[in-house]
Amino acid sequence: MLLSPYPTIGERIRITLLWLWCGMVILFLLVPILVPVPLSFNSGAFFIFPLEGISTRWYAVVLGTQRWQSAIGNSLIVAFGTTLIATMLGTLTAIALSDEKFPGRRIVMPLLLSPLIVPVVITAVGSYLFYARVGLASTYAGIILAHTALASPFVVVTVGASLTGFDRNLMRAAAISGARPITSFFKVMLPLILPGVLSGAAFAFVTSFDEVVVVQFLASANQRTMPLEMFIGLREKLSPAITAAATLMMGLSIILLVVANLLARRGKQRPRID
Amino acid sequence: MTALEPTKLDRPRIARDRSAADAKAAKSVTAKLRRAEFGDRLRSLALAAPLLVLLALSLGIPIVLLLSRAVYDPTIADALPQTSQALRGWNGAELPGDAAFLALAADLRDNQARGTAYELAKSLNARLPGARSQVLKTVRQLEAADRPPLEVMKAVPFWSAPGTWPVIESGTHSVTSFYLLSALDLRWNADGGIEKVPPQQAIFLQVFMRTFFVAAAVTLATLILGFPLAYLIAAVPKGLAAILIVAVLLPFWTSILVRTAAWTVLLQKFGLVNDLLLWLGIADDRLDLMYSRIGLIIAMTHIQLPFTLLPIYSVMRTIPASQMKAAYSLGAKPFTAFRRVYLPQVFPGVMAGCLLTFILCLGYYITPALIGGASDQLISNFIANYVNVELNWEMAAALSFILLVFTLALFGIFARILGLDRLKLV
Repeated sequence: MLLSPYPTIGERIRITLLWLWCGMVILFLLVPILVPVPLSFNSGAFFIFPLEGISTRWYAVVLGTQRWQSAIGNSLIVAFGTTLIATMLGTLTAIALSDEKFPGRRIVMPLLLSPLIVPVVITAVGSYLFYARVGLASTYAGIILAHTALASPFVVVTVGASLTGFDRNLMRAAAISGARPITSFFKVMLPLILPGVLSGAAFAFVTSFDEVVVVQFLASANQRTMPLEMFIGLREKLSPAITAAATLMMGLSIILLVVANLLARRGKQRPRID
Repeated sequence: MTALEPTKLDRPRIARDRSAADAKAAKSVTAKLRRAEFGDRLRSLALAAPLLVLLALSLGIPIVLLLSRAVYDPTIADALPQTSQALRGWNGAELPGDAAFLALAADLRDNQARGTAYELAKSLNARLPGARSQVLKTVRQLEAADRPPLEVMKAVPFWSAPGTWPVIESGTHSVTSFYLLSALDLRWNADGGIEKVPPQQAIFLQVFMRTFFVAAAVTLATLILGFPLAYLIAAVPKGLAAILIVAVLLPFWTSILVRTAAWTVLLQKFGLVNDLLLWLGIADDRLDLMYSRIGLIIAMTHIQLPFTLLPIYSVMRTIPASQMKAAYSLGAKPFTAFRRVYLPQVFPGVMAGCLLTFILCLGYYITPALIGGASDQLISNFIANYVNVELNWEMAAALSFILLVFTLALFGIFARILGLDRLKLV
């Protein structure tokens, strides 16, 4: 614990100051993300406390108007497409990398993680330039392809972590028992690393669902996603509908990532066979 | 009483010898295995291949294509084939001969016929401000055809100005260093050396310096806010630590856009931050925090704080509390113990957190676009602006090139000194 058994006065003061400082930092972390929540239920059209009254009129705008509905639909199409591809390819890659015989891991790993580091504007502008030439601009396929690049590192890392607890002897045992590689993957490996895979999928979904820069460059007017509608709304005029959309997006990301982290934690525990 | 057995005395040495021998044996065995299991390696490479191919298609090729635009711009060379021909062997010092003027007139007319005159004018204008209107004017006069082409060309002073032909000549080489130099506020002078552009044209160095300044300020702010909190979380009992970690992770899991939106609400003139400042008596009047540098830094600090804190926390968690107690019992003052025992051990975590935040700050786009004012736009915003508004791909590419070099250099340092494992944040 923080205090020694016989604390001096100086120590008490230091610890008190530490708690005070950390309390302020926690408020700084939490208050900004919580503020849009009550504002989204404001019945007035302003962003000022105290609230004029409680209403769900701004949620009716977000969930009930055609513009936002099509944005939510586009977001779901892109996020599900991204999740599907990133999870499949990312899992395969994590399995390959977990094999100590994998050649050139020191080169491949930084390459796989680079989408996290490369400024997203460069990715977006580059994709815009390239996809326009090959006919992928303003297509769902183009957006999904670009999002898959951004989301796959999360899958590789989470599935990789769950594979460190996976005993490769199980695969050898399956092979000796006559299972073909594909069978032993589905019957032995996948069930054991499933928490990690699902967790990676949730990360991929959230990455795509929250992404706005690539979409801004690649999407046509009727492919606008929810974050892009928000971005455009913030640039044009502030409407409380944005706080409602922000609350919905925040709720979705937090729920998915809590699930993802619980799964990842389960996946890291050494799997037991009864 | 016999002496202690040698094994007990020399345990470290023996262990060392044994592990060296083990390593040697293991090495030769792995070498043999490697040779024997070539097929297995190919198969594991094949498993990773689909994602690597996808990354090449969705990230590698687009970025290479974009960067190539910074140094390869064939627009002028394609538009002026006859002029290129005529300028071959030109010494570059004085005005070229009439043949070059005639060739340019012919090329300009061809461009007008093909409908590419505007594109040419725009491309020349990027390298020679003011060229657009001159090109379009000359094209119109040539089209009127009431005078011989040479007379038209000589009548427009622009074409006989000293700076014009060197730019045309350099444009006829498709490979150019013009944009990369411009991105650093540099240019070629008449003697073939590199010089700074005049102060009124210099914009980009200032933007790079601003980007570095904002990144450094945010990094410092996150460290000052995050370090004590990381220390506290590492020191308190598990249950409380879990609650505190959730307080860090909740904002971390909320998208940058949503948090930026929240800050646009908070930073309004009648927003919560101004309410708080007035209530505390820090400010006498409501401040303009939106579209300001300070507002931008506050919002970016909020977004980046978990990125700095989590790598620090993950190191602090591994340091046993007994070490500090040992230092105290040996007579160290708290500050000495902290500086000489604790700090050296958490230093890699601090480096990882700060470097990560600094790298990510260099690429910020959404937050400056929404919260920063006109003079707070960072380099990414300029790149986007060159693509969306100015339609100047070459300049966007050159700025991307330099931003990417900085980012990857820092990422290389990160990977080399700290290792990629420190990128895992939870």
